Amino acid sequence: MLAVVGRDDVADLFETIPEKLRWSGPLDVQAAQSELEVERTLTALAARNENASQGGWFLGAGTYAHFVPSAVDALVSRAELTTSYTPYQAEISQGTLQTVFEWQTMLCALTGLEVANASMYDGASATAEAALMALRITRRQRVLVSDGLHPHTRQVLATYLDGLDITVDTLPLDPTGRTARAAVADDVACVIVQQPSFLGNVEDLGGFAEDVHAAGGLLVVKVGEALSLPLLRAPGDWGADIVCGEAQSFGVPMGFGGPHLGFLTGRMKHVRQMPGRLVGETLDARGKRGFVLTLSTREQHIRRERATSNICTNQGLCLTMATIYLALMGREGLREVAHQNLAKAEYAKQRIRETPGVELVFPGPTFNEFAVRVPDDAPQALARAREEGLVGGLDLAAAHGGLGPALLVCVTELAQRSEIDRLVSALAGAAR
Amino acid sequence: MSNATQGFAYEEALLFELSRPGRRGVDLPALDVPDVDAKQLLGEAFRAEPADLPQLSEVDVVRHFTRLSTWNAAVDLGLYPLGSCTMKYNPKINERVARLPGFAWAHPHSPAERVQGLLQLCHELERSLAEISGMDRVSLQPAAGAQGELAGIMMIRAYHEHRGERRHKVLIPDSAHGTNPASAALNGYDVVSVPSGSDGLLHPEAVEEVMADDVAALMITNPNTLGLFETHIGRICEIVHSGGGLVYGDGANLNALLGRGRPGDLGIDVMHFNLHKTFSTPHGGGGPGSGPVGVKSILEPFLPVPVVAQAEDGSLEWDEDRPLTIGRLHGNHGNVGMLVRAHAYILSLGPEGLRRCADMAVLNANYLLARLRGAFHVPYDGAVMHECVLSDRELAATGVTTLDVAKRLIDHGYHPPTIYFPLVVAGALMIEPTESESREGLDRFVETLLDIVREAHEEPEKVRSAPNRTRLARLDETRAARKPVLRWQPEDV
Repeated sequence: MLAVVGRDDVADLFETIPEKLRWSGPLDVQAAQSELEVERTLTALAARNENASQGGWFLGAGTYAHFVPSAVDALVSRAELTTSYTPYQAEISQGTLQTVFEWQTMLCALTGLEVANASMYDGASATAEAALMALRITRRQRVLVSDGLHPHTRQVLATYLDGLDITVDTLPLDPTGRTARAAVADDVACVIVQQPSFLGNVEDLGGFAEDVHAAGGLLVVKVGEALSLPLLRAPGDWGADIVCGEAQSFGVPMGFGGPHLGFLTGRMKHVRQMPGRLVGETLDARGKRGFVLTLSTREQHIRRERATSNICTNQGLCLTMATIYLALMGREGLREVAHQNLAKAEYAKQRIRETPGVELVFPGPTFNEFAVRVPDDAPQALARAREEGLVGGLDLAAAHGGLGPALLVCVTELAQRSEIDRLVSALAGAAR
Repeated sequence: MSNATQGFAYEEALLFELSRPGRRGVDLPALDVPDVDAKQLLGEAFRAEPADLPQLSEVDVVRHFTRLSTWNAAVDLGLYPLGSCTMKYNPKINERVARLPGFAWAHPHSPAERVQGLLQLCHELERSLAEISGMDRVSLQPAAGAQGELAGIMMIRAYHEHRGERRHKVLIPDSAHGTNPASAALNGYDVVSVPSGSDGLLHPEAVEEVMADDVAALMITNPNTLGLFETHIGRICEIVHSGGGLVYGDGANLNALLGRGRPGDLGIDVMHFNLHKTFSTPHGGGGPGSGPVGVKSILEPFLPVPVVAQAEDGSLEWDEDRPLTIGRLHGNHGNVGMLVRAHAYILSLGPEGLRRCADMAVLNANYLLARLRGAFHVPYDGAVMHECVLSDRELAATGVTTLDVAKRLIDHGYHPPTIYFPLVVAGALMIEPTESESREGLDRFVETLLDIVREAHEEPEKVRSAPNRTRLARLDETRAARKPVLRWQPEDV
C-alpha cells in the first residue's frame, strides 16, 4: 500500500504537519491491555459503585430505576441499530427512520401535542432548547420559571441563556409546594413549569395556559418523570405549547445519569422553529411508503449560523430503546406500570402518615415521588436506611434547604412492600 | 400482502397498523400493596383515557424491530465511509463492560464516596484525553460534539468578559462543519466566514485580514474537512493570539492525529473530542455521542461544573465551587455510558495502538485517493490525512451526479460517503475509510467506484435511477418537506 501511495514509511504520511509541531514521543497513557485485562480493569471499577441492581432503591430526583423488559436490550444490541449513524441515506436507513417516526407518533400521543423531534441530549438541554424556541417564536426577552423545576435543569437553562441578554425570573412555590400563580407580564416569552415538580408534586395546570396566552406568551411544560405521562392529563390538553423532558424512564438504563433521552414536542404551527431532527413520511420512486429526514432547512448542516439549534448527533439509540419499551408495554402495560408507581408511592405515604417521627412535607397529589421530613437530619436518616440495605432518597438540603431535614423519596414499581415498610421505619429511626 | 419483496427482505408495517386490542408484550407482578383510585387521587390532573399506544405481543415487537434493523446499513455489515464521521469498528468489549451493573445501574445523585469507581474512571479518561490532545484539563460533561463546541465558545466568552472585554465575532473557515457557526450563533456571536485558499488551506493572510479587537475566537478543524492538515496552523494561532483572541479546535478529525500530533501543541486553546468518532463508541443511528471539551490552563477556571477533583485523602469528589465557571451544561455528568466505552478502547490500544490507529487511517485514505485519482476529479490534490474529497466534475458530460454515484454504491452494498460537503467543493464526495478496513476491502470498494464511473459513461440511466436493488427506490424528499407528515394518524383525521 505504501508503494501505491509513493511512500517509504508510514511516518512520511504525516510530513504535512510542520516538524516542530509533530509528536514523536510515546503518549503517556496506560500500556495496552488484552481484552481479558480490560474486562478485569473495568469490572473492578464497576464494583466500586453503589447501584440499583440489587433493589431497595428509593432515589430518583430526575433519574429513575424502572423495570426494563429483556427484549429492549436484546434488540438494541443488534449491530444494525448500534453501528449505523444519522440516516442521511434514507434508502439504507429505513430501520432507523421508521423507528424515529414511531417514536414521534407515540410521544405526541403521550404529551398531547402534534409534532415531536428525534431527541435532544437530555431533559435539561431540552428545556433550554424549548425556552430558546419560545424566545424565537415570540421575539421576547424574558422567561418565567417555576421554582418546581429540577435545580440542575434551571442551572443548564441559565448556562444556555447566559450572554443572550435574556432575563430569567422565578415563579415561587406556594405552601403546598405547587407553582404560585401570578400575573404574567406581556413581555414574557414563556412560562416553564415542571410536571410532576422536582419535589414530586402534581400540579393542577387548569387555566395556566390561558393566563400565559392572554399575555401573548407560551406555556412550556417540562415533564419531570416520563412514566407519569400515561396516568396524568397530557400537557397538551392543559394547553401547553411546548412539552420537553427526559424519557429515561422508558427503558433506558440510569447509567450514572447518561446517556438519557431528552425530548421536545410542539404544535405544527411552530414546527419551523423547532430544534433537532424530524422524520417525515414520503413515497419512493415506485410509490411505496418510506421515511426521510425532513424540514432540514432548520438545521445547522444547511442553515449554519441561522439554524434553530446547533444540535447534530442526538440520542438516537436511547430513542430506539424507548420506542421498543413503549411498543412492549403498549397501551395497557404502560398505564399499569404507571398505576403501580402511584399505588406503591401512596402506600409509602400512608405508612409515613401512620409513623411518628416522619411526615409528608406537602399535601396534595403526587406520582411516584414526594418530600418527607425526618426527625433528626437527612444524612443520618439515609445512613439508617443504608444499614437496612436501602438507598433512601435524596437529601433536599442543597436544593430546598428551607424545608428542614427532608428527603425526596421515590417509589417505583421495583419497590417491594417489605422494602417500603423497612424504609419508613429506618427514616423514622429513634422516634419509633 | 407478501411477507417479503425478495427472499428474506421483509416488509413490515408501522407498530400502529400491527396493533390488535388486548395484546401486550410485558406482564407485571401483581400489586403487593393496596390498590388506589387514581382518578380520586389525581383529581383534575388525572388522564381519563390511556394514551393511544399500540398493543402488541412480545414476539410481534421483537420481529418488528428485528425486521426494521435489517433495513439499515451498519459498520458491522461493511465499509461505511461517511466522511468526517469516523465510522470505525466498535469493539464488542466496550458493550460488555458498559452493561456492568456498577455502571448501568448507578445513579448520578449517589454520594461521591459511594461511586468512587465511576469517578476514578472519569478521572483517568480525562487524563488520557488531555495527554492525547496536549490540553491541560478536560470536562467530560458535553453530550455530543456540538455541545462541546458550545461549552468551548461559552468558556471563550467567559474568559474575555473576565478580562473586561466584550468581543462579538467568531471567525470560521468556509470549509467548517455547520455546527461551528451554529454553536457560535447560539451563544450570541456574529459569525465571520474566512475563505480557504486555492489549495484548500486556511492562509495566515486571510486570517490577518479579518482579525480585529472585536474577534473573540477562531474556530478551526485540523485536519480540515478536505482531509488536509492546516500547515499554517502555528502562524494562524499566533495571529489570533496576538490580537487577543483564542483558538477553538474542532476535534471531529482527531483520529488522524493520534500519537502523531497534539492540538494543544499546535496552539489550540480549547477543543472538543467526539468519542463516537475517534474513540469507537457506537454511532447508534444518530447518537448518543459524547463531546468532552479540553482546555489550556488559561481556560480551566471557566470549565463547566461539576469537575472531578481529588481530596486530600486521595478520594475523588465533585467540585461545584468554581466561581468563574460557565455553569452546568448537562442535567447529570454527561453521557457516561459512552465514557466507559471510550475508556475501555483507550486501555485496549495503549500508546502504540493509538498511533497505529492514526497511521492506518491515514494510509487507507491516501491509498483510496491514489487509486481513485484519475477516475474522479480531485479538487485539492495532495497528501491527505484521514479522508479524501473527490468531486463529480469528470462525470459532468454523462449527467451523472454525486448523488447518483452515492445511490449506486448502495446497490453494491456500500454506505455512500458524505456528499455535497464540504461546501467549498461542488459535488463533493468525502470518503473516510478509517483504520478498520483491510487492503482487500478497499480494493473492492475502489473497483466498485470504477465500475460506476464506467457505467456512468456507458449506461448513465442505470446510475441515475439507483438504487435499484433496495427494498425502496429513491425517496421523494421534496414531497416530505412540502406537506410534512410527522406522525402516524388513523385514516382521515
